[in-house]
Amino acid sequence: MDLKYSDEERAFADEVRAFARAELDPAVRDRVLNHKRLGKEDFLGWHRKLHSRGWVAPNWPTTYGGCGWNAVNRYIHEEVLAEEGAPPLVAFGVNMIGPVLIAFGSDAQKQYYLPRILSGEDWWCQGFSEPGSGSDLASLRTKAVLDGDHWVVTGQKTWTTLAQHANLIFCLVRTDASVKKQEGITMLLIDMNTPGVTVRPIITIDGEHEVNEVFFDDVRVPKENIVGEPGKGWTYAKFLLSHERSGIARVGQAKRELRRLKEIAAAEMVDGVPLIETKTFREKIAAVEIDLMALELTNLRMIAAEKSGQAPGAEANMLKIKGSEVQQNLTELLMEAVGPYALPFNPDALEPGWNGEPIGPEYAAPLAGTYFNYRKVSIYGGSNEIQRNILSKSLLGL
Amino acid sequence: MDFSLSETQRMLAETTDRLVRERYGFEDRKKILAGPDGFSRPMWATFAELGLTGLGIAEEHDGLGGTMGDMAVVAETFGRALVVEPYLPTLVLGAGPLGLAGSDAQKSEILPRVVSGELFLALAHGEPKSRYTLCHVDTKAAADGGDFLLTGAKAVVLGGDAADYFLVSARTDGTTSAPHGISLFLVPRSVPGLAIRAYPNIDGTRAADLVLDRVRVPASAVIGQAGHGLPTIAHTIDRAIAYLCAEAVGAMQALNALTLDYLKTRTQFGQPIGAFQVLQHRMVDMEMALEQARSMAILAADRADDPHPHERARAVSAAKVQIGRSGRMIGQCSVQMHGGIGITDEYAGGHYFKRLTLIDRTFGDADHHLARFAAAA
Ligand SMILES: Cc1cc2nc3c(=O)[nH]c(=O)nc-3n(C[C@H](O)[C@H](O)[C@H](O)COP(=O)(O)OP(=O)(O)OC[C@H]3O[C@@H](n4cnc5c(N)ncnc54)[C@H](O)[C@@H]3O)c2cc1C
Repeated sequence: MDLKYSDEERAFADEVRAFARAELDPAVRDRVLNHKRLGKEDFLGWHRKLHSRGWVAPNWPTTYGGCGWNAVNRYIHEEVLAEEGAPPLVAFGVNMIGPVLIAFGSDAQKQYYLPRILSGEDWWCQGFSEPGSGSDLASLRTKAVLDGDHWVVTGQKTWTTLAQHANLIFCLVRTDASVKKQEGITMLLIDMNTPGVTVRPIITIDGEHEVNEVFFDDVRVPKENIVGEPGKGWTYAKFLLSHERSGIARVGQAKRELRRLKEIAAAEMVDGVPLIETKTFREKIAAVEIDLMALELTNLRMIAAEKSGQAPGAEANMLKIKGSEVQQNLTELLMEAVGPYALPFNPDALEPGWNGEPIGPEYAAPLAGTYFNYRKVSIYGGSNEIQRNILSKSLLGL
Repeated sequence: MDFSLSETQRMLAETTDRLVRERYGFEDRKKILAGPDGFSRPMWATFAELGLTGLGIAEEHDGLGGTMGDMAVVAETFGRALVVEPYLPTLVLGAGPLGLAGSDAQKSEILPRVVSGELFLALAHGEPKSRYTLCHVDTKAAADGGDFLLTGAKAVVLGGDAADYFLVSARTDGTTSAPHGISLFLVPRSVPGLAIRAYPNIDGTRAADLVLDRVRVPASAVIGQAGHGLPTIAHTIDRAIAYLCAEAVGAMQALNALTLDYLKTRTQFGQPIGAFQVLQHRMVDMEMALEQARSMAILAADRADDPHPHERARAVSAAKVQIGRSGRMIGQCSVQMHGGIGITDEYAGGHYFKRLTLIDRTFGDADHHLARFAAAA
């Protein structure tokens, strides 16, 4: 047994770190580290940098312009970039629809869409959830009927992350109501600019605009925009969700936030003593750090297994649950650290380039909002209850 | 032993309950928040008409008198409706210490105008570096002729956006954390040298940061005895915590009701989600958390005016710990069981979660009060 990275793996991590330090726009890095608002260009600028280095799609085979890396290098790449304060890669293209198209798409779709995902030309969003269909996704009701050369789509999607930036959406739609609910679902690729598509913002409790409702009113979608076969959408969606969950432990991001927590707790004073030196808070930080250590090693064990050819199974669900808990604990401690200055609401301070007078310490403004916002991580991508349901079946056979 | 409400309390409960039912629905509140002040002056006038602005104020100053237990009844209803008007700042944090320690002149100048609904007050005690430590006061009060010159900064002053008068703590003596040497001053809003930065809090209440630059006040502005302000401040903060505990109970009760209703009405997999046992157990835990919180809120209100500061501190801190923990648990679980809806601005649930979270950050979080309780034991 050897718990350390090999020399090559360490060299690779150094290479990724050096790249991030050289190429990441310091202003963007500052926004990520300080929880400021990220604009479309912040994501795309970094995406293009990664693209020019050939590092956008670690999980794609090289034939399609991916890196073709093994699980360990993929992990190193993702974690080091997150630790360095790079914006997260917008997952919907690279990690979601990309792998689905590679596995199930037509040649024409692969040729057209994959390069545009790599270059950042297309911004995809995910149209799965509906008002009546969240955990019970298979009950979805958005309907598509074939009419000559087009599917005619009617219905509503919701919680669609960053749809306001997207020009394309991959959707699960019902094309056959007469069969078992999972078997009547089809996956369609829809241009957001098609007449009849309407995007409406949903504002979350931190006052931010990150999710949307997307309405489809007799939207005509070319027949060939189907993925694979009709009625197979559920299978593709399950394939896709297993990819969505694999990066979800977010160890690199958690390390970055832990570092920040320590910085803030060192700056905050309690009765003349830095907060980080008070017993209670120090032990709270220690507890989350230990959770994070365990999570990282669990993640690495699972990656090592994957590298040696064992398919990820229950592991992804565990990483999702434990990862979400660590992230939520960190946002909570960050908020606690600033004491009364968690209260003021100053959304202007999150805007890039804002140079007004902060209320309290400069780092305080986003912290309560981030805590509220991060309740989402145990809800989206399959809630933690659903993950536990899956584990009790798949892991325990209950 | 008798846990039932007094006749006065029953009346207060009925009056406030009807008021918020008729005029303080979630949609009304949204409109109030979007208004120019972020709260409603007509609503405040109604509070005055109903006598609510006279609660806790002596009859000789036109008030209704009444105990912390009476105010807690109002607080609980206000918590259920997420009332944002500066009731806690004006009545408990402002009129409270004036009643406890103010001179006859101060009381007769200010209190009748609070009762009539004319004045808002705020306690400007916390400072940018004081966190939750009550004796941490850096603001200086320098004697100058017969006057005092106040210089320093005050942080997250609740109700500071609207206050017509501030009760400002400042040092007439001693070093930053000395318990002695703190004095409380009555300072009008428009006084030269006082800069007010008002802002909304993330839960819809409002506050301000103050900078005082040689603010001149006469010796008659001292509330109580110069240099002996801390006991009054500590007593006031304990009363405010008792108020917050009752408010939090109201918020928890409303949030539990919303959540339970959602469990019964939201269906997934062909059944109400309340049919899933993991959610049933969690909802039961939330109800237990509420009852534990309610018990301790009752205790806090009962002891908030205990003549023995030690007894008072123990009870109030214990209650604040319980409220912090229950509020956190109920808030987090409620959002989780609502799924995506739980974190949207247009749904009431998330606003209760925010208020409960910030109540834990106000006048000392659960950790702070756990330590205070342990030290007082
Ligand atoms: C910030 C955010 C971003 C999102 N982005 C996207 C996106 O881009 N695209 C997209 O398609 N979707 C997105 N989602 C939707 C997300 O996938 C759903 O919110 C999630 O599947 C839960 O569905 P729901 O919100 O309808 O909650 P519900 O399914 O109604 O669940 C409510 C509660 O019931 C519990 N529950 C449900 N079924 C069971 C069960 N069988 N056993 C035990 N408990 C159960 C849940 O765990 C939850 O606690 C996003 C959500 C959020 C919050």
